[in-house]
Order: sequence, then structure tokens, then C-alpha cells
Amino acid sequence: MDLAEFFFWTVASLTCLSALMVAAAQNIVRAAVWLLFTLAGVSGLYFLLGADFLGAVQLIVYVGGVLILVIFGVMLTAQGPFTSIKTPAGEWAFSLVVGFLLFSLLLACILSTSFETLRPTKVVDDPARARSATDLGLVLLGVDDAKVAGPSKLTMVPQRKRESMSYLFPFEIVSVHLVVVLIGAAYLARAKRRRKEQA
Amino acid sequence: MNIGLTHYLIVGALLFVTGVVCMASKRNAIGVLMGVELVLNGANLNFLDFARFNETFAMEGMVFTLFVIVMAAAEAAIALAIVLNFYNNHVSVDVDAAEELKG
Repeated sequence: MDLAEFFFWTVASLTCLSALMVAAAQNIVRAAVWLLFTLAGVSGLYFLLGADFLGAVQLIVYVGGVLILVIFGVMLTAQGPFTSIKTPAGEWAFSLVVGFLLFSLLLACILSTSFETLRPTKVVDDPARARSATDLGLVLLGVDDAKVAGPSKLTMVPQRKRESMSYLFPFEIVSVHLVVVLIGAAYLARAKRRRKEQA
Repeated sequence: MNIGLTHYLIVGALLFVTGVVCMASKRNAIGVLMGVELVLNGANLNFLDFARFNETFAMEGMVFTLFVIVMAAAEAAIALAIVLNFYNNHVSVDVDAAEELKG
């Protein structure tokens, strides 16, 4: 067993265990902590897959942003320090059965499919030449790599003729969408006088 | 045994299924939101998996993952705003109490 396999099995088992504990935890704060471990483990898997930039983005956006948001949500809505809304046993059993069936279906699909025809991407081990963030930026801009950088300069881009596919317009739409959504969220969550308790 | 596409796909499938179970079984609205995050992470893992093990999808997988991460951040922000609004009106985050949309 070499180092890559060891890291994969460690990180993958940690991620799966934490994900299962997120679903199993009754206390919402404990579920948030297990979610933290799950997201960190997923970013570790991104690093193992050779996507350095996205692993860093996952750590910054999810672990540093979304999870903090979730924890603030928990703290702003918790009535007591250890609030847990109990799920009835029947619903638990039903969702477990549904989850088990779904997982068996996905597993059967994965194991019965042959991926022999796919060729894996070449990942360069030399850190001076592995520039996945630069490649990603060039692809977003739609820069034709053959014209600008010359052959074999872009390490992760396969050597084929790109039809100068640009993701700049979707990128702009996504960024404007994020701004609009954040303004809308701030408007929606603004402090209001709480209505008289009626329940 | 060589670590290949299948191993990562199984991890992604497990993340997806735990997210679905989490969404179905949690009664706390923030717990449901955590389930959504798990589902999105499972999908992202599949994207990057195929980016690594399928040469023609090498950069597209990363671009789509980036978009999904941005969308997930937007979704978390708007969902938490809705949950806070709901808590202001109902003094509870139990999704079973959300029988009416207008507070």
C-alpha cells in the first residue's frame, strides 16, 4: 500500500463516517461539528484528486463561510443550549429504508458500469509546472491554450483542439446572482420586532 | 488494489445518500440545510472525480464544481434568512410547524 492509497482510505473513511454522523446526530450543534469534519474531508479528497485550487476554495467557502453561517443560524434560533427536536422512530425507519434502497441503486449502477474507455488526466507531479489555478482561469476566459501558451505549457489541459469554449459569461451571471442573493438574504433576515408568541 | 474512479464514485454516492437521509429525517430546518450541503458535496466530488479520471472533462469538471460551490453559498445564505424569518414568526425551527407560508 503506497502513500496515495493510505491517504485515500484514511480521508475517505473519515469523510464517510462524519457524513453518517451528521445524519445520525440528534443534537444540531453536534451535527454541525460533524459537518465540519465532512467538509474538511471532502476538501482533502479534492486535493487527492489533483484539484488544489478547488480544495482551497472548499476550505475557504464551506468550512470558513457556509459552516459559520450555519452555526450562527443554530445560535440565533436555539431556545436552549442543548436543543434537539426528536424525530419519531417511524420516520427514522422510513428514511433509513429509502436511503438504503437509494444507496444500493447507486452502488449497483456504479459497479455495473465499465469505465475502461476513459483515459485519466495526466497530472504532473512537479510543483513548478502544475498550475491548476492558472489553467482554470484561462479556461474561464476562454483563452485558446495552443495560441497563447504554446504546446505542453498547460499541464492539465488535454492536448486537443478546443473550440475556444469560454465560461466567462456563466461566471459573470453566477457572480451577479451571488450579489443579488446576498442582498436579498440581508433584506429578508433584517431585524424585525418579534410578533407576540402565539403558539 | 489501485484507487480508481469507482472508489471516489462510491464515496460521492454515500455523501449523497446521507444528505438525502438527513433531509428526510431531520425536523430542525437547519438540519435539513445540512443535508442539502452534503448532497451538493457528493455531486461536486463526482464532478472532480470525472475531471481527474476522464481526460476530455479535465477542466470542465473544475469549472462546474466552482459554479456549484458559489450556488451552494448563495443557497445557504437565502435558506438561513428564510429560517430566521420563520423563527421570528413562529418561535420554532421545526419544519412540521411550517404549515402556512404567510406568517
